[in-house]
Amino acid sequence: MSIDLTGLTARPSQVWGGVRLVPLVRDEPVPGLRLAPETYDEGLGVVQVGPRAAYVSYIPHAFVLNFGAGPEAVYGTHLDQPGESRPPGRARLRFHRRMARRVDKDRLRFLPLHLALEGYLALHFGGPATRWQEWSDRAIRNGLSPRCEESYTGAAVQGLDEALRVFEIHPGQCGVLVYAADALATAFVVPHPDDYRVLHDTLLLDLFGELIYHYALLSAPVPAFGARIDDAGVRTLADLRARAAAQTAAWTDFHDGVMSRGLLAGEYTHQHVHEVGEFRLSRFLPSFARGRENHLGEIVTDGAGRAAYLKTYRLSEQQVRRGHLLAALARNDWHVEDTAAELGTDAAQLGLRLERAGFGSLIRQDVMDGYRARVRRGR
Amino acid sequence: MLLFVNAAITATGQREFHSTAREQRLSLDFLHAYLLGNYRDLYAATLALDINDHNAALMVRNLLATAAEATAAQRRTEGRLIARRLDLLPPQRVYRLFGELRRARTNNRRTRAIMRDWLAARPDPALDAVKYRGALKRAARHAHLPLDGELGAFLFRSHRKAVRFDTPLLDSWRRAHYDTTAIYDLPYTVAEGFAAAHRIDRAAFLERIEPRLTRLERLRLQESAARLKAGAVAADLTRMPLTRLASYTLGLSLDDRAARRAELTGALRAAARRAAGDQAGRWGRVVAVLDDSFSAYGSGHKRRRPLAVALAAHHLLEVLAADYAPLWLSGRSDALLLHPHGPTPLGDRILAGLERAPDRLVIVSDGRDNAPPGLAAEVLRIWRTRLDPDRRVSVVHLNPVYDAAGFDVRRLAPTVPTAGIRDAEDLPALVELAQFAEGRTGLAELRAHLSRRIDRFLGEAA
Repeated sequence: MSIDLTGLTARPSQVWGGVRLVPLVRDEPVPGLRLAPETYDEGLGVVQVGPRAAYVSYIPHAFVLNFGAGPEAVYGTHLDQPGESRPPGRARLRFHRRMARRVDKDRLRFLPLHLALEGYLALHFGGPATRWQEWSDRAIRNGLSPRCEESYTGAAVQGLDEALRVFEIHPGQCGVLVYAADALATAFVVPHPDDYRVLHDTLLLDLFGELIYHYALLSAPVPAFGARIDDAGVRTLADLRARAAAQTAAWTDFHDGVMSRGLLAGEYTHQHVHEVGEFRLSRFLPSFARGRENHLGEIVTDGAGRAAYLKTYRLSEQQVRRGHLLAALARNDWHVEDTAAELGTDAAQLGLRLERAGFGSLIRQDVMDGYRARVRRGR
Repeated sequence: MLLFVNAAITATGQREFHSTAREQRLSLDFLHAYLLGNYRDLYAATLALDINDHNAALMVRNLLATAAEATAAQRRTEGRLIARRLDLLPPQRVYRLFGELRRARTNNRRTRAIMRDWLAARPDPALDAVKYRGALKRAARHAHLPLDGELGAFLFRSHRKAVRFDTPLLDSWRRAHYDTTAIYDLPYTVAEGFAAAHRIDRAAFLERIEPRLTRLERLRLQESAARLKAGAVAADLTRMPLTRLASYTLGLSLDDRAARRAELTGALRAAARRAAGDQAGRWGRVVAVLDDSFSAYGSGHKRRRPLAVALAAHHLLEVLAADYAPLWLSGRSDALLLHPHGPTPLGDRILAGLERAPDRLVIVSDGRDNAPPGLAAEVLRIWRTRLDPDRRVSVVHLNPVYDAAGFDVRRLAPTVPTAGIRDAEDLPALVELAQFAEGRTGLAELRAHLSRRIDRFLGEAA
């Protein structure tokens, strides 16, 4: 399945240094769904995934999904009942029991991106279906080692803070696509323009992969796609107006067809998380095809499958490779020989590849030594 | 040169929406150094133009610091220009300039003479001594000035040792240290400090100091006084300058503005009529494209300044034009309830303006065209080359924001003259100048024009 951004129109981008922000505008807000941030005082949160596995990550804020009385329900009504959304206690370290859970009967709290990141990290980490021989004893004895990935907050991404500050929010804007050096870093969509205005600055608190961090750091200023009108044949002001309008349409086409194609045309695996009313919250994983854009994220879709809320995270090439390996292993029931055959290599090479990708501890030491010896002999 | 004039009108070395205060200062200092080094006479001549106070002070400082490089004739002109400009500057600016000269260790004979003459011409030395006590003291010390009467004792001796002064104001200042009634004879800025020291209730203090407030102090304090229920502080809005009034209006909440609609609109119109003078109604059909996009917020330093300039220009043009139509970028039509929000679709609005077939099109914007970028330039280019090559419609772009990276105000299109603007009151003069500038390139012509301006500038004094 793919991501459906029907109802959202791309408007002319605004450029600041190497960062390009493309506003997405809705004609009509999505009825029945509102978002509000619930910012925690402590920057550090710990999310409990299962009984014993916990991973540490930076969680500056979580979201409250508000299934209000309809599209007219303004942001203010939510503020009337703040007590319910506050988790009890104010410990310095806050333990989130699970990443999505109901706060009360018409609300669902979830942590943006962490859901998706967890999905990536825990990809097939329910444990292999068969307890194959190479499965490390250590994993069974100690549980899984902390699964962590390196991410940067938006504040660390060069120029993003300035770009967000000087960005002029369009009327009716419900989303934004952030490009660093014209590589799509994240897509962010909310159901209502007021939500967007509140959440605009929270992009700074979101996670960005190391690819985006480096692109933004090293990028030269990207060009603004300025309007160019061919003046031949312009006789009246009406001609001029028609051509000016064509410029805006041309940009939208170009953007949807070229710039955001990597996101929209990709194939995604959805994992259903929660459902309230007609809205369903799910997280999605990319195809892990190497050499292409891979985005993962979370999405709230309405009854027709259109995105009401969307937030994506772009994987770096390194992460794509890891995901690719894990996906291949899972497809072959964690059988090394079969996986190697599918990837067109042998078990020893695959073992070394797994090790290079940071999964060396999955394989027992003696087996790994055997692989190394085989590769050495083969050379 | 025009680039420098634009900079000298708009730049204040403060933070802007798109650049920091540091970038602004760095950029401006470079421009000053460049022009001073290469075209000293033109640089000095700029003092005769309607530049802002920050730049005027900066220029005076630079000219005095490098006096040795000037020829005798240059010095004579410079001396007269500086003296005239200092007369026009607000005293606090001049005292700050003297402080800067002291810090820069500029203490040549000419500097001392200028300081002496300016201080000698001050109408009330006692008031200056109280209000700018520290600054006057430093200036006197720096320029070795003899102080007449009690001023020397007042400035340089501790108030505890003084028995009494004959000058009433000086004596009030002395008594204010222990007598709470004496502080109400002092200027507001000085009295405020004493009020804090004596722990006088703020509302009561404002109530009693009210007769001593200056016009702008009254405007500034009006809102906080109203919050404290000190009703006596009420500014007469109809007497305020136009751009100040626009800033004040935009500082109010939307509800306040709606509630005081008649009063505010009336005051703005009155101020605009005063600023327009005899030009009122003589501009024909005018369409204005006015920027109220988010960037018109300005910065924490210059809060809503670009929007205030646009609002003031709106009222001024309304008076100047026989037939007037405003086009705000956001599409709003109620000028009183403006707030900076939304993108900058300049191209689209300029097209809409041209469709109304005006005699003049005035654009007030920071020139950051972004929806889509560059459309305004294309529209204006094609308009000039294809649709209106005879220049039937005069188009002028006025920009209130100095672009630090470009060393100038941001332009929309090469075919349209752009002028920097600081106060909307200067709008008529700037529009004339900008049109004049369109065809002007020669340096000789420019010098001739400037020497005329200098004569007029100095002539006003005589």
